[in-house]
Amino acid sequence: MTTKLETLPAPDKNNAGAGTPTNHRRPVKRRESRGTLAFSRSARTKALIKHAILILAGGLMIYPLLWMVVSSLRPNDLIFKDPGLWLSTLEMGNYTDGWSALTHPFGHYMLNSAIVVIGSILGNLISCSMAAYAFARLQFSGKKLFFGIMLLTIMLPFHVVIVPQYILFSQIGWVNTFWPLIVPKLLATDAFFVFLMVQFIRGIPKELDEAARIDGAGHPRIFLRVILPLMVPALATTTIFTFIWTWNDFFGALIYLTDPDMFTVPVALRAFVDAQSATSWGSLFAMSIVSLLPVFLVFLFGQRFLIKGIATTGIK
Amino acid sequence: MSAIGELTTLKRRKGPLSAAEKKANGRDNKAAYIFLLPWLVGLVAITIGPMLMSLYLSFTDYNLLQPPEWTGLDNFVRMFSDARLHNSLGVTFTYVFVGVPLQLGVALLIALVLDKGLRGLPFYRSVFYLPSLLGGSVAVAILWKQIFGTTGLVNQALALVGIEGPGWISDPSTALGSIVLLHVWTFGAPMIIFLAGLRQIPVMYYEAAKVDGASTLQQFWRITLPMLSPIIFFNLVLQIIGSFQSFTQAFIVSGGNGGPSDSTMFFTLYLYQKGFGQFDMGYASAMAWFLLVIIGVFTAINFIAAKYWVFYDD
Repeated sequence: MTTKLETLPAPDKNNAGAGTPTNHRRPVKRRESRGTLAFSRSARTKALIKHAILILAGGLMIYPLLWMVVSSLRPNDLIFKDPGLWLSTLEMGNYTDGWSALTHPFGHYMLNSAIVVIGSILGNLISCSMAAYAFARLQFSGKKLFFGIMLLTIMLPFHVVIVPQYILFSQIGWVNTFWPLIVPKLLATDAFFVFLMVQFIRGIPKELDEAARIDGAGHPRIFLRVILPLMVPALATTTIFTFIWTWNDFFGALIYLTDPDMFTVPVALRAFVDAQSATSWGSLFAMSIVSLLPVFLVFLFGQRFLIKGIATTGIK
Repeated sequence: MSAIGELTTLKRRKGPLSAAEKKANGRDNKAAYIFLLPWLVGLVAITIGPMLMSLYLSFTDYNLLQPPEWTGLDNFVRMFSDARLHNSLGVTFTYVFVGVPLQLGVALLIALVLDKGLRGLPFYRSVFYLPSLLGGSVAVAILWKQIFGTTGLVNQALALVGIEGPGWISDPSTALGSIVLLHVWTFGAPMIIFLAGLRQIPVMYYEAAKVDGASTLQQFWRITLPMLSPIIFFNLVLQIIGSFQSFTQAFIVSGGNGGPSDSTMFFTLYLYQKGFGQFDMGYASAMAWFLLVIIGVFTAINFIAAKYWVFYDD
């Protein structure tokens, strides 16, 4: 039963499994029904043309990234001469130079980023799942109003709050600490995730809650023992998105972290760009690659959740 | 349902509560507010409080050191005659109204090609999706700065066919274009949403159309586009709201100054310079509220226009 539930994240049956690999079977079926040989031959040519278009477009999209990887392994002068991907020598010097080019070794900034990322993930998981449980399962006065406000805050531009937030946090003495970047997540200000989890909880059969209630469980127990274990896929999606967005976050870090000791990776990279003349693009590229690597790994292993998360919150 | 769909149904559902609903109401108040506590504190302390505060500050002169001084509409009058601000609005509008349609167009096109049950779809999807995860990073902005530089990748490639390209990001007439291109490059996320939407269109519509002898193009105009219109609308609203707030790419590519000659001076970049460069917090707050109003107006226009072109099946 549990496994069945996990594959049905949304109440809308059309949403379920959107983006899972099984879905591309439909047109295959259609092709079978066409039957005639002549038709299938023209279908094959069509497919070939499509593959050609996709490979060309995909190659064009990915080329700059591949080229950056290759260039980071080249001597500096080649970066401005060689648009190809062929590596004749392997130059690791860019990585060792880049690693120690700033006040601290680059690992220091990655550690700072990791602290902010872990804090943000924990904050989002706890606070957003609690709010989502209330919105999805509990009846209370003002629910509609609060739910509407929550949806509106998803679309609110952060610029309207950033100046007073800065004033607030600087008065508490939090500038050049990680608190301004983590505390808002502990307070569920990433309403997008609240919404994502509400969607998910609505897909969990209410009978499970009711059975637990008959057994004498209160809301905290139902939340911890029934709902949370069943919403692991939504929690995974939240974790992955929070990781990527926080790891990439530049604006917040730019405003709150001015002391090089506290720099996260994006502001460290920015300091690197400013400090370097055009001669050390190789090490700049090398550290850029290093900074993208965690995001790439998360993408590689968490793709399923990312795609499902986008698809199920994006439909109508 | 998306957040936007929920908002519209919230409005629709209004009406007197049934007796059963009334009875159920208020039953879990205590538990609900405990669960909502972190969110409520955040709403008051991190969102609504600061919003009201910035509204107040927008009518003051404030530099963080002296207490705010009430100046009435001064900041807004200043905005009327601030030529750099007008320029930054133009830059942002160009970015949004060229970048978003281009990005969504490419996303839809690739989604259409991918939808027709091709082999290796998961692979293609990953390739197209990856840039939208990396596109917001400083690292990719650095890469862009090199690619479109005078001796960057683009010009190296052009040199192979004997063309001497301009310094794309050092030339005011092409600098913004290269940042728009970066936005188009991140079409993967809306593409995934389009793909999921295309899957929801019942196959029988196409089969019926084929029986009636409709061409592929006719099927696209009469079935795919109307059925997909709610999702196009969703993407449009979200991308427009998001693009108005773009910051990182312009900041890194221009080295933080919005150059050359203010050609990449986004509204948000100018706001940052005023607020956190010159600590003109009152003026920055006024700009932030102006941005909120602009985004609100365009979102409202979007919703009103949607009545004429978005088709709801139910």
